[in-house]
Amino acid sequence: MSKPKMTCEEVLKHLVAYLDHETDARTAAQMERHLEECRGCFSRAEFEKTLKARVREAGSSTAPAQLRARIKKLIEKY
Amino acid sequence: MIARDSERTPGAGSMSPCSDPAVSATLPAARRESGVGRVETDRHQFFAEHVARLADRLYGTALRLTRNSADAEDLVAETVAKAWAKLGGLCDPQSFEAWIQRILANTFVSEWRHRRASPEVAMEPEAEDDEGEPFSLFEKLHQPFLLWWSTPEEEVIAKFLREDIDRALDALPDAFRIAIVLVEVQGHSYAEAADLLGVPIGTVRSRIARARAQLQRALWRHAQDAGLLDRRVTAKDHDV
Repeated sequence: MSKPKMTCEEVLKHLVAYLDHETDARTAAQMERHLEECRGCFSRAEFEKTLKARVREAGSSTAPAQLRARIKKLIEKY
Repeated sequence: MIARDSERTPGAGSMSPCSDPAVSATLPAARRESGVGRVETDRHQFFAEHVARLADRLYGTALRLTRNSADAEDLVAETVAKAWAKLGGLCDPQSFEAWIQRILANTFVSEWRHRRASPEVAMEPEAEDDEGEPFSLFEKLHQPFLLWWSTPEEEVIAKFLREDIDRALDALPDAFRIAIVLVEVQGHSYAEAADLLGVPIGTVRSRIARARAQLQRALWRHAQDAGLLDRRVTAKDHDV
């Protein structure tokens, strides 16, 4: 039996959880099916994915030389 | 500020390595074949190389959590010391990054909760309700008056500088910022973040949603202020 189609409103409701891999497999499959067919929701999902990637990039900064030296000294003691 | 005492107490030498036979196959050959001295050297080298490789990510994550370079450096050093002491408990070398990031998160959250419980520190409100409404940057950008660009949302997001994102994250209330760093930057699941924070999963879900709304609202305001949009358009839509 085919799964019922999701509406755009339902996709929007689950989008954040879907992108965070927090939906169950059935919901994820329905989301994917909708995103393959709906250009508007696809654009929205791509935008949120890009923004998530930009936020993730904020978790990497060049470690200052004094921190690297401090870590090296610390590990040398072990 | 994070205490530095644990930096003086290396302890991995007293811990036995993971004894799971299925895991031993994934360890370097020298570690399986040679004597205790070689094993220790191998373990030391493994740890030093992985920490050096991950230093930028550990520091960047610490910086987003603490919002202060001195505190971030202390947090990373404390994390490295704890990681060495717990290295014997790392069963899968492939998961070193996730493992040490969790130690970093645990170290920060413990300190943060301790400070919040201190009577000298004023409690930050759980949420800024004036900023609590749902907000979508995509919807703001994807409007007819901006669609003379083929894909305005993609073009605007590409114009944000790294420092714009950093500033928007740093401006979030602690509880929201920490939740979004745990989930989006460190890649924890909602359940893992809830466990780290000692709150129900629904609280994490709510904090993430509100953090994203505030983050996107801040970026929208910045896009307007920095002239990333057509000023003729933004002037009439400035009051968000």
